[in-house]
Amino acid sequence: MSNFLIENQGNNKLKARVIPCLDVRDGRVVKGVNFVGLKDAGNPVECAKVYDAAGADELCFLDITASVEGRGTLLNMVSQTAEQCFMPLTVGGGVRAVEDVRALLLAGADKVGINTSAVKRPELVAECAEKFGNQCIVVAIDAKRVSQDGEPLRWEIFTHGGRTKTGIDAVEFAIKVADFGAGEILLTSMDRDGTKSGFNIALTRAIADAVNIPVIASGGVGNLDHLVEGIIDGHASAVLAASIFHFGDYSVEQAKKHMHSKGIAMRLDGYANH
Amino acid sequence: MKTVIIDYGSGNLRSVYRAFERAAKDSVIDTSVIISDHANDILTADHIVLPGVGAFKDCYDGLKAKDGVFDALEQVVMLDKRPFFGICVGMQLLATIGIEHDGSQGLNWIEGEVRAIKPDDKALKIPHMGWNKLDFTNQNNSHPTLEGITIGDAGLHAYFVHSYQFEVKNSTESILTTDYGQKITAMVAKDNLIGTQFHPEKSQKLGLDLIANFLNWKP
Repeated sequence: MSNFLIENQGNNKLKARVIPCLDVRDGRVVKGVNFVGLKDAGNPVECAKVYDAAGADELCFLDITASVEGRGTLLNMVSQTAEQCFMPLTVGGGVRAVEDVRALLLAGADKVGINTSAVKRPELVAECAEKFGNQCIVVAIDAKRVSQDGEPLRWEIFTHGGRTKTGIDAVEFAIKVADFGAGEILLTSMDRDGTKSGFNIALTRAIADAVNIPVIASGGVGNLDHLVEGIIDGHASAVLAASIFHFGDYSVEQAKKHMHSKGIAMRLDGYANH
Repeated sequence: MKTVIIDYGSGNLRSVYRAFERAAKDSVIDTSVIISDHANDILTADHIVLPGVGAFKDCYDGLKAKDGVFDALEQVVMLDKRPFFGICVGMQLLATIGIEHDGSQGLNWIEGEVRAIKPDDKALKIPHMGWNKLDFTNQNNSHPTLEGITIGDAGLHAYFVHSYQFEVKNSTESILTTDYGQKITAMVAKDNLIGTQFHPEKSQKLGLDLIANFLNWKP
C-alpha cells in the first residue's frame, strides 16, 4: 500500500513529490518550456525559476551533452540555477566517476543521478555514497520488459537510451544498488518513455516494494491520472514528468491539486511564495 | 556583521551560502557571508553556521581535523555565546554521541544521542526524504528565530533528507518535531544555539525566513 494515501498516513505527514525534468544539451533546454511570459524557453535558469515558483517539489536536470566542453557549460548552468532556486536540484547524465559527482555537488546540485556507469560498475555507487552521503546519490535505472505475454513479468536494464540490452534483471539491480548505498532510485520504463500512455505500474511497484529507499517513477506520463497511479498503484514516493509540464498541457499546481483530490498527501503551499 | 559558514569538507556549502546571502539581502541585513575553514574567521564572526551531510563520524572527524577550528568554536559559541546554527548533520553534531557503525562522540552542546530512524511501519522508506510539516514539541514552545513563521498544519512545509535522528535528552531543548511514523526532532535550541534537521536552504520561503530571523537574533 502507498505511504502517501492521506487516509492511511497516520502519524506520517511526508508528502509525495512532483518533479519536473528538463533535458539539457550544451547548457540549453532541449525541449523548451512553453510558458506564457517566459522570455527564453531554452534557458535552464529561467525554466528552473518558473518551476520553483510553480510549486515543484524538486527539479531534475538530465544532461544529454556528448562533448567534453559541454560539461563545463553544464556546471556553470547548475551553479546559476542553484543561485536562484532554493529547492532541491538533481542533476544526472554523463556521470562516470567520483570526481564528476563532486563537481556537480560543488556547483550546487543537491543530488546526482548515476546511470550507465552504475550498471557497468555498481561499486561506483558505494564509493560515492561513502564520500558524499547516500542522500545525494540517485541511481537512474532504465528498464524494459523482456518477458513474453503469458510468462512471469521480468524487466531488464537497458543503457544508451534504451538501445543496449544488458541482461541484468532490473529488480535485482535495484536491490543491489540500494545495498550499495543509493539514497533513491529514479526508475524510467523505457517501453513507456515518450508514449504518454502512463507509467509501467507493474515495474514501478515491483521495484518500489523490493527496496527500502524512495523510488521516483518516470516515463510515459500523458495525463494527471497517470501521476496518481504512479503513487497509489506503483507505490512510488515521487513522480517525474517532462513534456506534460513543458508544453503547458498541465501546470505543476494542477497536477498537485489533482493528486490531492485523489487522496494523495501533497504539499500545496509552495506556489510563488518568494 | 560577519557570518561564517564552516567548511570542513562536508556538504553542499554553496547552497547554504546562497541562501544566507539571499535572506540577508531580502531582509536588508548588513552581514558579509563567507565560507571558511580558518579559526581566525570563526573567532571574528558574529554568526556561525555549521552545515553537514553524510555520516556523523566523518563530519565530526572532518571538523576535528581542521586546525584550530574546534577551539575557535568552543570560544565563540560556548564562551562568547554568539549565535550558532547547525544544519542537518551540523545539528546532529551538537549531540553527545552519534550511534552509527562504530559510534562517535559529538560536541555534546545539547545532550542526546543520534540514532538511525527505525519506523515501526516497515513500509516507510529511509531516508526520510521530501517535504514534511513542522509541529512544536511542546504546545507552549516558541523561539525568537521562529517569529512570523507559522508552525503546524497551517504552516509551510520544510525539506528533509536524513536517515538518522537526534534524540534529545532534555525535551525542553527540542523545539520542533516532524511526523514520520514517529515524532522526529526537527529543531533544537539552547541558549545561543539553534539547529534544524531540515534544510532551510532548500525550504524556500520558510527556510529563508528562518535564516533572516537567525541573522537578526540577539540571544
